[in-house]
Amino acid sequence: MEFPPIPLESWIDAAIAWLVVRGGPIFDVIGKTLSTLELLLRDALRGLPPYVMIPLLVAFPLFKRRFRTAALLLAALLLIWNLELWREAMQTVSLVLIAAGLSLGIAVPLGILAAESRLARSIIEPVLDYMQTTPAFVYLIPAVLFFGVGTVPGILATMAFALPPPIRATSLGIAEVDPQIVEAAVAFGSSRRQLLLKIKLPLALPYIWVGVNQCIMMSLSMVVIASLIGATGLGTRVVEGLSQFDIGKGVEAGVAVVAVAIALDRLFAAGGGKDGSKPAM
Amino acid sequence: MPEPAVECRHVWKIFGDKAREAFAAIAREGLGKDEVAKRFGCVIGVADASFAIEVGEIFCIMGLSGSGKSTLVRHINRLIEPTSGHVLIHGEDINAKSANELRRLRAEKIGMVFQHMALFPHRSVRDNVAYGLEVRGMDRKRRWAMAAEKLALVRLAGWESRYPHELSGGMQQRVGLARALAADPDILLMDEPFSALDPLIRRQLQDEFIALAGVVKKTTLFITHDLDEAIRLGHRIAIMRDGRLIQMGPPEDIVLHPADDYVAEFVKGISRLKFLTAEKVMDPWSPAAGASSVSLADCTRVRLEADVASVIALAAQSEKTIVVVDGENRPVGIVTPRGLLRAIQASAG
Repeated sequence: MEFPPIPLESWIDAAIAWLVVRGGPIFDVIGKTLSTLELLLRDALRGLPPYVMIPLLVAFPLFKRRFRTAALLLAALLLIWNLELWREAMQTVSLVLIAAGLSLGIAVPLGILAAESRLARSIIEPVLDYMQTTPAFVYLIPAVLFFGVGTVPGILATMAFALPPPIRATSLGIAEVDPQIVEAAVAFGSSRRQLLLKIKLPLALPYIWVGVNQCIMMSLSMVVIASLIGATGLGTRVVEGLSQFDIGKGVEAGVAVVAVAIALDRLFAAGGGKDGSKPAM
Repeated sequence: MPEPAVECRHVWKIFGDKAREAFAAIAREGLGKDEVAKRFGCVIGVADASFAIEVGEIFCIMGLSGSGKSTLVRHINRLIEPTSGHVLIHGEDINAKSANELRRLRAEKIGMVFQHMALFPHRSVRDNVAYGLEVRGMDRKRRWAMAAEKLALVRLAGWESRYPHELSGGMQQRVGLARALAADPDILLMDEPFSALDPLIRRQLQDEFIALAGVVKKTTLFITHDLDEAIRLGHRIAIMRDGRLIQMGPPEDIVLHPADDYVAEFVKGISRLKFLTAEKVMDPWSPAAGASSVSLADCTRVRLEADVASVIALAAQSEKTIVVVDGENRPVGIVTPRGLLRAIQASAG
């Protein structure tokens, strides 16, 4: 017995056609908001020349007396400046910060929900599995369909790609809180909300910071890929290097991406737990 | 008779998906734990526990691990709901309370101390102690003042802004005790509070607790697996086995009149001398037996109800004959070295 092929393709085409027509105005609003945000941040990051920005950024870990971190950060930033990729790097960073910031704004509440409600967990878990097994490039297609080419679809595809790790980290962090401590908090009369805000979230914080860090790193890798659909920045240089077979140019841009990764990692480790310590995951 | 502070009436707790069916079958057919496990896949945590704790009383529940004592204590503040039965706090059924009333009760009326301290690692000692006050909305100044007062009570003044990991185990448990006392609750639930500590510290904390109990006079339900501890601390003791309270009474009853072989096995290692009175070991006072030759002026006198341990101490101090006297100071018996040796022999089992 033979089954006819499921017309998945035509279903999805129909659904997307419907969405593009009906959702047009909503997509417009989202697109305008995102591009305005990104422009503001990009201009702010570029507003200060590197010789002002670099000391400012390095001062942050220095202030917390973390000299190794400061040294590493300084080296990474100087390298970017030296490669004359500062403007591109700042563009990339602005895309990363917007995408990671927005996806964290969604991910942390979802992670809490997944930890607190069995129903929510049974819905969120399989969706995350699906999202994490989907190749990064697949996110580019619907983004382009709804928002055309440019920074906005780049940000959205990046958000989708960077969303799962912080959801998982938050949910795991809350689930890992010692049940004896939770019991004690209940025995002293906590409400559910107090239990979450005063006990569970603070204790899950090291895990949540791991999620923040991963979210930023994944955003960076996706932003580079998203240059294929017009999200300009360091990735544009990589793509140019590829298409023009200019290996030197491509590798240079690639080195700058790594330097940005190191800088972001160190900066956010400085913001996180003590000496950037992370729990084993 | 005044109302008991805490009362359990026929509390049953059965764990498992089919707890209700299992309970119905137990009520109908009187199944034992093995049959319940086989037929319903359920575990009996607490079986038909009934007891009442008077205001100000220290009531110890003693049992080995798995006997259900920790499960039972969690019914008192409804961390666990019974499958059947009632838990009354000052005569009010705690399982009839709304979520709000229950939280108030937990924050204000019932303090709890846990075996593994369960302090909040991210909060300072002061904020640990003040937690129950904080969740009921007391302002910072007042709750910190109350926390400081309770920390002084457990001799931890000056440690307010430290964190739990900076303290030794014994100090951590004193913080746990201060936290339980912070709201001045009527009732203290102590779930093996000293079990995780090493023996010297345990003994020291027991002494401190006895002293403290004399000051704060809280109705206390004290869970322990250590019969010595139960005897030292408890006004009354209940022995728990397989979810059942198999014997309940003052320490001397448990030690001198164990209800069954299981309890007898437990009390075997306990010296009974403290619970034997002079009356039990004396020879009767009979002038015919030559007692008249004893000069009463040259004797050590002890009361009928004096415990044998102290009589032995007296005998060891001097050669004088020990005469037992009644309430009106009339001689009623004489304690001979032979009588004492018999008592020691008997109490050694």
